Amino acid sequence: MNYSELLRLAAPEAIIVITALIVLTIGLATGRASKFSLFVAALGIAFAVGAILSLPQSANLFGGMLVISPLNSLFKIVCLVLALVTIPLTSSEKSSPNLGEYLALLLLGALGLMLLVGSEELLMIFIGLELLGLSLYVMAAFDKSSIRSAEAGLKYFLFGSTASAFTLFGISLIYGLSGTTALATIGQKIGAVPIQPLLAVGVVMTLIGFAFKVAAAPFHLWAPDAYQGAPIPSAAFIASGSKVASFVVLGKIVLIGFGPVHGSADWRAMIAGWSPVLAALAALSILLGNFVALAQTNVRRLLAYSAVAHGGYTLLGLIAGGRDGFSATLFYTSVYAVTLIGAFAVVGEVRRETGGDDLQDFAGFAKRSPFLAAAMSIFLLSLAGLPPLAGFFGKFYLFSATFRAGANHGLLWLVALALFGSFVSLYYYLIPLKVMFVDKYSRSEAGHKSPVTGHLIANATIALLAVAVLFFGFMPQTLAARILAALP
Amino acid sequence: MIAWTIYITFGGAVVILFLPRACAKWIALGITLAGFAVGLATFLSDDVDPAHFKTIVRMPWFPALGMNYHLAFDGISLVLVLVTGIAAISAVLFSWNVEDRAKEFFFWLLLVVGGSYGVFLSADLFLLFLFYELVIVPKYFLIAIFGSNNKEYGAMKLTLYSFFGGALVFLGIIAVYGAAGSLDLNRLAQFQFPEQLQSWAFPVLFLGFAVLAGIWPLHTWAPTGHVAAPTAGSMLLAGIVMKLGAYGVLRVAMNLFPVGFYQWRIWIAVLAVVGIVYTAAVALRQRDLKFVIGYSSVSHMGFVLLGFAAGNLFGVSGSVLQMFSHGVIGALLFAVAGRMIYRRTHTRDLDALAAMNLSRALPFAAFTFVVAAAASMGLPGFSGFAAEITILIGAWKSYPLAVWITGAGMVLVAAFTLRALKRTFFDVEGESADASGEVQGMPAAHVQMSSSAEHPVHLPPITIPEKLGAGLLMLATLAVGLYPKLLLDRIQPAVETMRFLSR
Repeated sequence: MNYSELLRLAAPEAIIVITALIVLTIGLATGRASKFSLFVAALGIAFAVGAILSLPQSANLFGGMLVISPLNSLFKIVCLVLALVTIPLTSSEKSSPNLGEYLALLLLGALGLMLLVGSEELLMIFIGLELLGLSLYVMAAFDKSSIRSAEAGLKYFLFGSTASAFTLFGISLIYGLSGTTALATIGQKIGAVPIQPLLAVGVVMTLIGFAFKVAAAPFHLWAPDAYQGAPIPSAAFIASGSKVASFVVLGKIVLIGFGPVHGSADWRAMIAGWSPVLAALAALSILLGNFVALAQTNVRRLLAYSAVAHGGYTLLGLIAGGRDGFSATLFYTSVYAVTLIGAFAVVGEVRRETGGDDLQDFAGFAKRSPFLAAAMSIFLLSLAGLPPLAGFFGKFYLFSATFRAGANHGLLWLVALALFGSFVSLYYYLIPLKVMFVDKYSRSEAGHKSPVTGHLIANATIALLAVAVLFFGFMPQTLAARILAALP
Repeated sequence: MIAWTIYITFGGAVVILFLPRACAKWIALGITLAGFAVGLATFLSDDVDPAHFKTIVRMPWFPALGMNYHLAFDGISLVLVLVTGIAAISAVLFSWNVEDRAKEFFFWLLLVVGGSYGVFLSADLFLLFLFYELVIVPKYFLIAIFGSNNKEYGAMKLTLYSFFGGALVFLGIIAVYGAAGSLDLNRLAQFQFPEQLQSWAFPVLFLGFAVLAGIWPLHTWAPTGHVAAPTAGSMLLAGIVMKLGAYGVLRVAMNLFPVGFYQWRIWIAVLAVVGIVYTAAVALRQRDLKFVIGYSSVSHMGFVLLGFAAGNLFGVSGSVLQMFSHGVIGALLFAVAGRMIYRRTHTRDLDALAAMNLSRALPFAAFTFVVAAAASMGLPGFSGFAAEITILIGAWKSYPLAVWITGAGMVLVAAFTLRALKRTFFDVEGESADASGEVQGMPAAHVQMSSSAEHPVHLPPITIPEKLGAGLLMLATLAVGLYPKLLLDRIQPAVETMRFLSR
C-alpha cells in the first residue's frame, strides 16, 4: 500500500475537499455571493461522480476503513447527486451573504456522507458521522437573521451531540467485546459467543445514534424544529442525504456487524436481538409520525413528522433483513430523498413568493403557478404512496419484502401497521394539495395574485426531480435492479 | 385492440391540458366516444373468446419481482369496459356547460375513466392495483373543486374510505404475492393457496374492494360523496367507480381464494341483505333528491354482493349484469337529479321541488326520470329487472331466506323511488307553500319562487347534449332489459371458468 494508491482510491473524496476549499476561497475573494461558486461546486461534484465511476470494482484499505464496492460506489453517487440537487435550492433563500461558506459546508457534509457510505469500520463511520453532523449543525443555524434558524441549529446540535455520545459509547463497548472495529470481524467475533448483557447495551447504544440520524421516534424531537427553522437547502439536505447515508450505514452495521444477533421481531415469537429494537422504533415512528402530522399547520413541520413516519417504514426492510429487505430499504430511502428534496424546493419557492410556509400561504397557489402546484402534487402523492409514482412502488417493494421475511409471515403485524400508517398519511398529504387547488387566496393584496415567474434554475431542478419521481414510478427497475445487483 | 381504450383516454387527458379551453369538452367527447367505440367493436367482434382471461399485451416490467405490464380480457371485462364507455360519454355530455376550469375538469374526469378501463383489463395484480388507486385522487379533485354542498367534506370522506379500502387490498396483494411469488392473475387463479392464509386474506381483500362497492356498513362515503360531487362526478361514481370495487371482489378476492370465500360467504350475504334493506329504508326518509339516489345506489350494489355470495352461475352472472345495469341507471338518475333538476331549480329538496310542478316545466326531465325510476325499481323490460331476477334465482339456491328478506327490501326500493318521483315531478297540488317554506336552510329566493308556483316556473329548457346523454343511457338500459342475452352470452362463459363456482 503506497500513498499514490490511496490517493487514487480516495480521489472522489479528495476532489470534494478541494472543491470545498476553492468555493471557500471564491467566497472570500469576491466577498459577495456569486453564482460562479454555485457553478464551481456543481462542477466539483460532477468530477467526483466521474472519479467514482472510474474506481476499481472493489478494494479494501486499512481493514475496512475505506471500502470500495459496487454498493458503496452506487450510494456515494446517490449522495453526491442529492447534494447536487440541493445546491440550486440556495437560490430560494432571500439573501445569502455567505454563499461561499455555505456551499463549502454543504460539500464537507457531502464528504461526510461519502465517508459514512464508503467505510465498513466503526471508527471511520463515527468520524464520518461527526463530520456530517458538524457541517449540518452549522448549516441549520446558517440564517443568522432568523431566530428560528438559531433554534433549529441549537436543537439539532444538542440532540445530535448527545446521540453521538451514545453511539461512541456503544462502539467502545462493542470494541471491548470483540477487540476490533471492523464490521466483518465483529460479526464473526460476536457470533461465536452467546448474547451477554454488555453486548446488548453496546448494540442498543449504537443504534440510538442512528435512530437519531434517521429521526426515528422517540429520537425525533429535533426534526420538526430543524425542518421548520433551518434554511430550506439545509433542511432538505438533512432530510435527504443525511438520511440515505445513515440507512446505508445502519444497514451495514446491523446486517454485517451485528448479523449474528439479529433476533426476531415476529409476532408472539420475538427473540432478543437488534431486530425487535428496530421493530419497536419503527412501530412507534409510524404511529407517532403519522398521527402528529395530522395536526400540523406548517408545511415544513408536516414534512418533518411525515419524515419520522417514513423513517419507520424504511426500518422495516432492515428488520426483514437479507438481500431483498436491504435493497428495498435502500430503494425506498433513495426515492424518498429525491421526493423530499423536491417538496422542499417547492416549499422554498412558495416561501420566496409569499413570505411563509404555513398552509395558508399555499392557498390558491395552483392558479398562480400551475407548474409548482403540479410538481408539489407529484411529490406529496408519491410520499403518500399513490401510483404511478415512485413512492408507491417503493412501498410495495418494502412491504412485500418484509412480509416474505421471517417464518410464517411473522412480520405481518408491522406490514399491517405500516399500511395503516400510510392510510392515515394520505389525509395530511391531501391537505396541502387541497389548499393549493381548491382554496381561494387568503390574502387579498394585489401582489399576491400575480403569476409566479420563479427562479429558472430552481424551476428546472423541481421539474427534474418531478420527472425523476415519475420515472422511478414507471421504471423502478432502473434503480432497484442496480441496487440489487450491487448487493453481495 | 381493446387496450387502446386505456391509451386513448390517458393520452386524451394529457392533450386536453395543452390545448385551449374551448376545445376541452370536444376532445373529451371525442376521447370517450373513441373509447366506447373500441370497446363496442371488440364486444361485437366474433373472434372473441369470452370464457378465458386472454392476454392481449404482456411486457416485462420489473422481472425481479415478477411484475409484468399485462393486460387481458374476458366476457366480464368486456361488459364492464362497455358500461364504462357509456357512462363516460354521458358524463361528458352532461358536463357540457362546465366553463370554470374546464380543462382541469375534463382532465380529472378522463383520468377516472382511463383508470377504470385499466382496472377492468389488468391481468397483473400490481397493475390492477395501480389503476385502482390511480382513480382515487382524480375523484378527490373532481369533487373538491367542482362539487356542490359540503364538497370538501364529501370529497375527503370518499377519498379516505377509498384509501382505507386500498390499504386493505394492498395488504391482501402482499399476502398473495408473499405466498405465491407471482402477480399474474391467470397463474394465481391456478395456485392453491394454503387454507390458513385464505381464511384471513380473503376477508382482507374482500373488504378492501367492497368498501368501494359500497358494502354496508362501510357505505357512508357513497351518499355524501355522490351528493357533493358535480353531476358528472356522481355519474362516474355510481356508474363506474363502485363497479371497480365489485370487479375486484370477483376477479381477485373470490377467484384467488375460493376456500376463504366459502368460509366467509354467509357473512357477505348477511351484509348484502342488510345493506339492501337498510339503505332502502334510509332512502325513504331523505329530503334531498340526491341523497335518495345515493342511498339507492348502495342498495343496488347490495344486490351485486348478494349475487356474489350466492356463488353460483346465476348469482354471479346476475351480479355482473347488475353492475352493467346499475352503471347505466345510476348514471341516468344522477344526471336527472344533478343536471336537469338541480342546475335549473337550485334546489334538491323534495318539498321545494314538489311545489314547482316540474313535470310541466321540464317534460323531458320528467320522462327521463320516469324511465330511470322504472328501471331502478326493477320493472320488467328494463335491465334492472333482468339483473335482479337472475341474482335472486341464484341466491335462492344458496340462501332462500336472504331472498325473502330482499323481496321485502325491493318493496322499499319501489316505495322510495315512487316517492321521489312523485314529489319531484308529479305533486301537482303540492304540499302547501308554507310547508316548503319551513324547510331549513333554504335560500329565501327559493321560498319565494316555490310559493308563487301555481304555474310552472320558467326554467331553461333541456339542452341537446343532455337529451343525447339521457337517450344513450335509456337506450342501453332498454336494450339490455329486453334482450339480456346480449350481455349474458359474454358473461356466463367467463363466470363458468371461475374456480369458486359451487358445483
